[in-house]
Amino acid sequence: MRNLKTTYFEDLQLFKDGVHLFWSAVLILALFTLPFFVKTYYLTILNLMAVNVIVALGLNLLVGNTGQISLGHAGFVAIGAYTTVLLLKLGVPFIFAFVAAGVVSALFGILLGIPSLKLEGPYLAIATLAFGLAVTTLIGRMDFLGGRMGMNVPKLQIKWMGLKYDHALYYIILSITIIAVIAMRNILRSRIGRAFQAIRDSDIAAAAIGIHLTRYKLYSFGLSALFAGAAGSLWALYLGFINPTLFSFILSINFLVIIVLGGLGSITGSILGAVVLTYLNLQLENVVDIPLLGAALYKFSEVFMTTTGIANVSWVLTGFILILVVLYEPLGLYGLWLRTKIFWKRWPF
Amino acid sequence: MNKHTFFEVVQLNKSFGGLKAVNQLHFDVKEKEIFSIIGPNGAGKSTVFNCINGLYQPEEGQIKFKGEELIGKRPDQIAQAGIARTFQNLELFAHMTTLDNILLGRHKSMKASILATVGLSFKRSKAAKEELEHRRKVEEIIDFLELEAARDQFVSNLPYGKQKLVELGRALALEPDLLLLDEPAAGLTQEEREDMIFWIKDIRDLLGITVILIEHNMQMVQNISDRILAINFGTQITIGTPEEVLNHPEVIKAYLGEDLPSTL
Repeated sequence: MRNLKTTYFEDLQLFKDGVHLFWSAVLILALFTLPFFVKTYYLTILNLMAVNVIVALGLNLLVGNTGQISLGHAGFVAIGAYTTVLLLKLGVPFIFAFVAAGVVSALFGILLGIPSLKLEGPYLAIATLAFGLAVTTLIGRMDFLGGRMGMNVPKLQIKWMGLKYDHALYYIILSITIIAVIAMRNILRSRIGRAFQAIRDSDIAAAAIGIHLTRYKLYSFGLSALFAGAAGSLWALYLGFINPTLFSFILSINFLVIIVLGGLGSITGSILGAVVLTYLNLQLENVVDIPLLGAALYKFSEVFMTTTGIANVSWVLTGFILILVVLYEPLGLYGLWLRTKIFWKRWPF
Repeated sequence: MNKHTFFEVVQLNKSFGGLKAVNQLHFDVKEKEIFSIIGPNGAGKSTVFNCINGLYQPEEGQIKFKGEELIGKRPDQIAQAGIARTFQNLELFAHMTTLDNILLGRHKSMKASILATVGLSFKRSKAAKEELEHRRKVEEIIDFLELEAARDQFVSNLPYGKQKLVELGRALALEPDLLLLDEPAAGLTQEEREDMIFWIKDIRDLLGITVILIEHNMQMVQNISDRILAINFGTQITIGTPEEVLNHPEVIKAYLGEDLPSTL
């Protein structure tokens, strides 16, 4: 049965009906009780997934919703991470260091957004690529940021009802991720989000209905960088150690793969993409252990797919998955999700 | 000093390279008038709209709206000033629903900041209140243009005639004082065209919006216009009432060619 809407607000509320609310509550409850049932190793994976979700939300806003491109998002993550660590070392409480990470990153985002007003497509891609490389190169040359050797991240002083440190970090990261998802969902449903999508679909028409193109493109870059910076801050916190090589060009590409795999312009897509690809990246290394196929893949990647001579089976497989997505399901995992939903709604017809 | 003209184009010039697309064009439009611009293909009609709308910067001339100079302003500032338009080849937000397209027409009237919109899903938030208030206005437009069935559909899935209406709805959502319609009936069926004529008349009579339209269908132009401007090669042929303009020998010549007997 279809539920009929009776007020316009029903289009704005977070949960469309009781069933939706129930399952969301179950999921959140499960995530919050998880630390009591699993080993710390799995929490680390969940942390990494959560951080990737936040970056993906931001990048998808820029790429999927505004129609711009960025090959330098690892740079924003780095800026967020280093801002946090620097402030923590100066004795600033984490909450302020976290906010500062987002703000500083957003300012850099706006700065990078300025060339986007003149550049399009591949030219913008090159500019953002250069930005990402410049950030890590510059950090590597700054001694007060630890240079190429990196820095230790000070541990937080958390004393919450005898909670273990790892558990506390997990709760902080999980809570912030949930807030980020809700915030992004609301922004995208609002006049601001609609303006971004208008620019993507037709910038002429967007201007003709009164959208200030310059301002909104910069908003999009700023917001996108804010999410990346916040994610960087959390990443530094649970890694415990950061250095410039963490924020390589490959990481930026990885973020792009997440949103393409998940589904461009969709929040569900950002979440699915980040969770699935993070898991795959960790598991694909094990492909080598499969008899025959594993060895063949290893040989293939060693001979044809590497610049350094070290086999990178997981990257080859990621690339293969990406090609499949683009060919068969351009909306990515979100598209798959939609199809499944429609299938069950219409079942058994 | 007497009250300035509602809308006025003064000695407008716009050229692309060596081609003079608009040449010394001069006309004015009175408040609550339906004013048509006609002319053969390539006469410079759409170029005039693009100059008014701020997409093109003319080399010379003035465009005055309620005494305010429009040349040099950005398209979004011109929209803020109260001018809305539709496009000849549809410029819809194709990957969005009809509702979102028309809601975008309310964008300039809404004020919520990025920070405020984060609270959108909470009923008592400022952003939600504002959104609902403008949603009601959009529903009035959907009701007016009979677009209820298309409300939640992606516009790229709608038939062409409906897409034209969505674009008209989006322009109306701006609550403009002046509406520029670029070939509103092109590509429509006979029935859709007759509906369009009613709507354009209603837009003027009920909503009090001044309309300038570009149109090729002479029957429609004759039926709907208070005054007509005929142009060719970017220059004015004649301006006046429908009877005067459509029977003008130069207009007939521009449409039918030089050596044909005038049987229009």
